[in-house]
Amino acid sequence: MLKNLYKGVKQVMAIKTFRGGTHPPHDKPAAGTPIETIKPPAKAIIPLSQHIGAPCEPLVKVGDQVKMGQKIGDSDSFISAPVHASVSGEVVEIAPYPHPDGEAKMAVVIENDGKDTLADDIKPKKMDDLTGEEIIKITKEAGVVGLGGAAFPTHVKLIPPKEGKMDALILNGAECEPYLTVDHRLMVERPEDMIYGARAMMKALQTDKCYIGIEVNKPDAIAAVREAIGGDSSMEVVELEVKYPQGSGKQLVTAVMDGIEVPSGKRSTEVGVQVANTATALAVGDAIQKGMPLIETVVTVAGSGVNGMGNFAVRTGTMASEVIEHAGGLKDNAAKIIWGGPMMGQAQFTLDIPIVKAASGILVFTEDEVVKEEILPCIKCGRCIDVCPAYLLPNTIGNASDKDMVDVAERYNADDCIECGSCSFVCPAKRPLLQWIRLAKGAIAARRSG
Amino acid sequence: MENLAVERKFVISSSPHVRSPETVQKIMIDVLIALVPAVVAAAVFFREEAIIPIIISLVAAMGTEFVLVRKGGFFSDGSAAVTGVLLALCLPPGVAWWICVIGSATAIILGKYIFGGLGSNTFNPALVGRAILLASWGGRMTEWLGPIDLRSTATPLADPGYGAPLMDLFTGNVAGSLGETSAIALLIGGAYLMYKKHINWRIPGTYIISAFILGTLLSPVGTQFDVTSGLFHVLAGGLLLGAIFMATDMVTSPVTPKGQLIFGAGCGILTVLIRIYGMYPEGVTFAILIMNALTPLIDGATKPKIYGEVSK
Repeated sequence: MLKNLYKGVKQVMAIKTFRGGTHPPHDKPAAGTPIETIKPPAKAIIPLSQHIGAPCEPLVKVGDQVKMGQKIGDSDSFISAPVHASVSGEVVEIAPYPHPDGEAKMAVVIENDGKDTLADDIKPKKMDDLTGEEIIKITKEAGVVGLGGAAFPTHVKLIPPKEGKMDALILNGAECEPYLTVDHRLMVERPEDMIYGARAMMKALQTDKCYIGIEVNKPDAIAAVREAIGGDSSMEVVELEVKYPQGSGKQLVTAVMDGIEVPSGKRSTEVGVQVANTATALAVGDAIQKGMPLIETVVTVAGSGVNGMGNFAVRTGTMASEVIEHAGGLKDNAAKIIWGGPMMGQAQFTLDIPIVKAASGILVFTEDEVVKEEILPCIKCGRCIDVCPAYLLPNTIGNASDKDMVDVAERYNADDCIECGSCSFVCPAKRPLLQWIRLAKGAIAARRSG
Repeated sequence: MENLAVERKFVISSSPHVRSPETVQKIMIDVLIALVPAVVAAAVFFREEAIIPIIISLVAAMGTEFVLVRKGGFFSDGSAAVTGVLLALCLPPGVAWWICVIGSATAIILGKYIFGGLGSNTFNPALVGRAILLASWGGRMTEWLGPIDLRSTATPLADPGYGAPLMDLFTGNVAGSLGETSAIALLIGGAYLMYKKHINWRIPGTYIISAFILGTLLSPVGTQFDVTSGLFHVLAGGLLLGAIFMATDMVTSPVTPKGQLIFGAGCGILTVLIRIYGMYPEGVTFAILIMNALTPLIDGATKPKIYGEVSK
């Protein structure tokens, strides 16, 4: 009864959410800091793989002169996205370089001539003159990928369904990870361009409805986006509860579409909606309005291990170390570098890695914050079950995985884990549940592939 | 600048990189805090006859664990302290000191460490201790003292007419084990645990409701419909202590929401059945121990539906 009452109150207040989830300390120190553009690097190291899917083949060779925005890598594969020069200058090397994914990947190194000479084919266009197919083509040629973290090639997601109709496009402006304020700042500072991109995406998808989900802790973003929408009834801001992982694709769909669940193992298109990040919509908008490919991204720098913080517009191929230096440099007690947010980001062993398209944040934690905690036995308190947004039993899967019981992990749906980390976060016994579940997922996949 | 990171070593670990401040020890401390009203009530009604057994049980439980584990300090994760206090609260007032020591040591050794320590035990350690004491020294375990006057008397549960006034049962002004007499003190502790989100309503709720319904409908002489009898079953004896503090023991109760409902209902039904038809006047200990044994089965049978589950 109380639950229904709560639900009722929520509906009246029109704040939506999903079941499960948790509340990590919601520090967003850079939320009020306007985006600052960092000067382009003297040498840009541009990985040929900045997306999920096939890596690109280089289109240039050492010694070539390239212009800013010129395509320097592409692939024939359907799921791939081209990469572009972020500066003008000379290609000096094509070699493997450290990559935020953790392994070295082929990269094109361009020595910046400092002129920012634009490529010839960069021309502004107007959405009204374009067909849906042309919008998809422009998105592909501009190398736009999902900027929410996964870096899935956006043009693939814009292809309308063969049968039936896409009910809605949902833009993800939840930004539920602590610290990160990229989407927030972009929505506040460039809402019109984001809405322009969203309209282009709607046209490509042939849908006549767009929801923009934003957590209620960003009232300035909600107001800015509402103002940019104006009287357009086809677009609507949906206010979301501040809860992690509200920005997870499936959980966002469930919140916005009033409880509809995306079937296990399927994409959101199964229930007639497509999800993309708000920053991705902005990139689509820029690809059309400015004709500009995706060669600049915004990253939040924060954490107590770095002097200063902020949101920085950075050319792809800039070294993370340069961004950190610009922000104020590392403190002496800096102990951990996190690429992305603290809940899902990847720890990095070096700052000598280039900024890629989907980079969202560089966080630095200090020695005091990086404590190796003793793993205690599971006391079956059930907190992990309460918070799991996939309604799994993380304790059962994690403990089975720790004992190499892959069968049990599979039977308890380890594959449906979205790796949000809520279970590890809440565990009072400090058990690395997500790490164990990841191991189980790997073991299950390895067994399936024989 | 180029070699910024070369000399520095950074920590690598799997996400998430932040952890909640909650720890096992903090949970146990909260349980101890929740037990304070019951301990105070026991001290008020039974004075030194309560205070001494509680202290002896507490020290004996922690001491046993410390001897066995020898790390993490005397308090350690706090679970032994909880076991000690819980055991003391289900002992009769004025119980001999060595009963407390044997009970605590048995609770820790046979209730917990024989299974592999905290988290691995099947049964609630305090109840294991109590069950063994009851089986070994049945007479000493059922010598009750009246509250305040501390004169020998019978537990209200032994009276077939269930004569104790409900108000006395509610405040605790009746004979009984140290911690089980005052319903209000136990409810305050339960409210605190719920507020801290260490327990939820499911197990205590279904335990109390099922005991109330069955107590209303059943009597030793046949079926009936007597709401006073139902209320009596809820308020008398160790039911509330069991429902709020014992059955909700995280380690030995189901983790699934549905499983918790089944577990609580099972505890309530068994408690009343043992009280009415069993050879002991009180049924809470064995009801919960039986349901503890069924917990893995209940958990296995009540796997929740996952997000976006596709029926096969």
